Amino acid sequence: MSVVTANGFELDTAGRRLVVDPVTRIEGHLRCEVNLDENNVIRNAVSTGTMWRGLEVILRGRDPRDAWAFTERICGVCTGTHALTSVRAVEDALGIAIPENANSIRNIMQLTLQAHDHLVHFYHLHALDWVDVVSALGADPKATSALAQSISDWPKSSPGYFRDVQNRLKRFVESGQLGPFMNGYWGSPAYKLPPEANLMAVTHYLEALDFQKEIVKIHTVYGGKNPHPNWLVGGMPCAINVDGTGAVGAINMERLNLVSSIIDQTIEFIDKVYIPDLIAIASFYKDWTYGGGLSSQAVMSYGDIPDHANDMSSENLLLPRGAIINGNLNEIHEIDLRNPEEIQEFVDHSWFSYKDETRGLHPWDGVTEPNFVLGPNAVGTRTRIEALDEQAKYSWIKAPRWRGHAMEVGPLARYVIGYAKGIQEFKEPVDKVLTDLGLPLEAIFSTLGRTAARGLEASWAAHKMRYFQDKLVANIKAGDTATANVDNWDPKTWPKQARGVGTTEAPRGALGHWIVIKDGKIDNYQAVVPTTWNGSPRDPAGNIGAFEASLLNTPLAKADEPLEILRTLHSFDPCLACATHIMGPDGEELTRVKVR
Amino acid sequence: MSPGSIRPISIRPAPMGTDPAILVLGIGNLLWADEGFGVRAVEAMQRDWVMSSNVQLLDGGTQGIYLVDRVRTADVLVVFDAVDYGLPPGAMKRVEGDEVPRFLGAKKMSLHQTGFQEVLALAAMLGDYPEHLLLIGVQPVELDDFGGSLRPEVKARIAPAIAMALEYLAQFGVVAQPRSDSSVDTHDLPHPSLALNAYEAGRPAPEVACRIGDERFLASLSGRAIHRGERA
Repeated sequence: MSVVTANGFELDTAGRRLVVDPVTRIEGHLRCEVNLDENNVIRNAVSTGTMWRGLEVILRGRDPRDAWAFTERICGVCTGTHALTSVRAVEDALGIAIPENANSIRNIMQLTLQAHDHLVHFYHLHALDWVDVVSALGADPKATSALAQSISDWPKSSPGYFRDVQNRLKRFVESGQLGPFMNGYWGSPAYKLPPEANLMAVTHYLEALDFQKEIVKIHTVYGGKNPHPNWLVGGMPCAINVDGTGAVGAINMERLNLVSSIIDQTIEFIDKVYIPDLIAIASFYKDWTYGGGLSSQAVMSYGDIPDHANDMSSENLLLPRGAIINGNLNEIHEIDLRNPEEIQEFVDHSWFSYKDETRGLHPWDGVTEPNFVLGPNAVGTRTRIEALDEQAKYSWIKAPRWRGHAMEVGPLARYVIGYAKGIQEFKEPVDKVLTDLGLPLEAIFSTLGRTAARGLEASWAAHKMRYFQDKLVANIKAGDTATANVDNWDPKTWPKQARGVGTTEAPRGALGHWIVIKDGKIDNYQAVVPTTWNGSPRDPAGNIGAFEASLLNTPLAKADEPLEILRTLHSFDPCLACATHIMGPDGEELTRVKVR
Repeated sequence: MSPGSIRPISIRPAPMGTDPAILVLGIGNLLWADEGFGVRAVEAMQRDWVMSSNVQLLDGGTQGIYLVDRVRTADVLVVFDAVDYGLPPGAMKRVEGDEVPRFLGAKKMSLHQTGFQEVLALAAMLGDYPEHLLLIGVQPVELDDFGGSLRPEVKARIAPAIAMALEYLAQFGVVAQPRSDSSVDTHDLPHPSLALNAYEAGRPAPEVACRIGDERFLASLSGRAIHRGERA
């Protein structure tokens, strides 16, 4: 029953099937099915999802200048990054150049989102895959304090502080409203931290929750508000008036100083809390080397954070661009987002129809026509599926490919590319973490490597916020206060027809919006989002996607508590929520466990 | 119902200097038909009413963790949302205090990414929970219509829901006057291109943008799926 995929992974569907399934379905959710062998090792993985069904469904015929506001609503987490991608796509189509200050402000906005998202992801969406909250209740606060002080000079580390937090936690747990801690597999043998490390991490979970509100104030300053900050085709919708004293919306010195102080605090929190925690936790999981999947073979980044305005060439992007295929780290391929032969989406395993499903379509030519059919080997009914048939159509996610290759995107992909390019600010921190943990380079191609890359990138992003804030202030002091170019605001100035592409590196990976404008209105609009790349189903050549590849060969400590699956899927920071169902070999549901 | 036809609000001024911080929060995704109820309710409330400055209205969208701080700093929290109460479509129901989280979490219909139940739990964990909490929920008619707007039954609940909120807020000394000018501060509301009328008027015609719901099977596993019925 064993087969080898086109991208070199061995699959065996003989063993019993386990299903990890979503609760809800509005924004895009993941369901995962795996086959386990007799030793509870994953031998086949099937990732399926529901994403939104094409942006053209809501955008066709609307004003391109408003597209960002709609795209900001499609996802509950990537709001600003979709908006930025959208305004870039429109500016690209219409040949609009933005002022240098707008570029700096956009970069600060994007880096703020990066730092915030990574921090929140680590502590609030991923840490509890490694940290046992219940174990923290039994920790010795004194020993916890000693541990914390041995890894960082972060001031909040006294025995009394940890005792207070522990008592608060106890009261919370005793009150019965476990809230975010409700669905953990507490006590699972897959948890390896001593109680003191657990208490330290849970304490920082609370501190991070309190601190994250500061970071997003930057969005309130530059985007006018948060949630849902404002964006503008042609620049940023914030006027600069350094001498102003609180004029509505204008950026004055006081606000610039506020941002500056938040940046300092962000750097400090990430470097003194997040990174030391990451390394401390990782040191207990050094032998958990699973989850690498495509990361050592095929990774891609569009690159982002243009140093100077209006130049998205590789040389100008501080987050590196490129593609690595066939595991050859010595060759970084350039990416052309306009080339119809490069990025293509396939649907032969997705619930959509193309005229010819052996071929992929470039996003400018993309179509979104639903076609929900189950394969002959699916178990269950159309409205209650017990097991999917991955030989047929099985996902609402299309399968994007770069020159036919399934690619992993996200922080690890960006760090692998940065490392392979020999860029010191990516290479040095990776080498340092590996040295500190006594691990070889290959160790980064793993679930933990993905989680570590996210932490390093959070630090990188925070320091780059400082760089762009200083650049912005210097430019303003030199007399340049322009934040928007409205020369082409009037649709009368636009060509009859235009096509554009906008890209960013969202926290969870490469994001692209492709727009076609006709007679001043949106004619087509396609987004290829990071989770589409990572969570993609199979393609006509039989390549499996990043989620699927990452789960293979992972042993589960307990099949009815698939913590290891969640660990690896969460390491991608997917924009999804999932719950688990445990099915017997005959498709009968054995237990049902809801998971964060 | 026009704003003017709502019965007079009882007025009881709060003692000087002790105005509670009041947050009226609309949550949900306005791109998914009746999922937009909460956001549309705060939008209408801001458009039609003038209230004292201690009352803040916020379009919370599907932002989970971003809302924690706003919830923490509120003494009184009123939430508008589409809620699956298991009632007939369009039914409106109010829930108060400790009962609220249960209704926001029991049958989650939308992934308000970090579910709002969790937002409340996180606020509680940090030791700042609103003293007074009211949920005004409406049972949706239709969720599975991407790019669609509120169904008439749900839209008709906006004005009564606002009246219910104002009645509740009166006990905290909130005085609400029907707005007589057009100087609406839309700061914490959806961008004008997403305002209800613009959103509805600009929707692509079915001929140019597919409206066939994708028959997503997965909701049925977690409770009652809300569908428009069988499709061809």
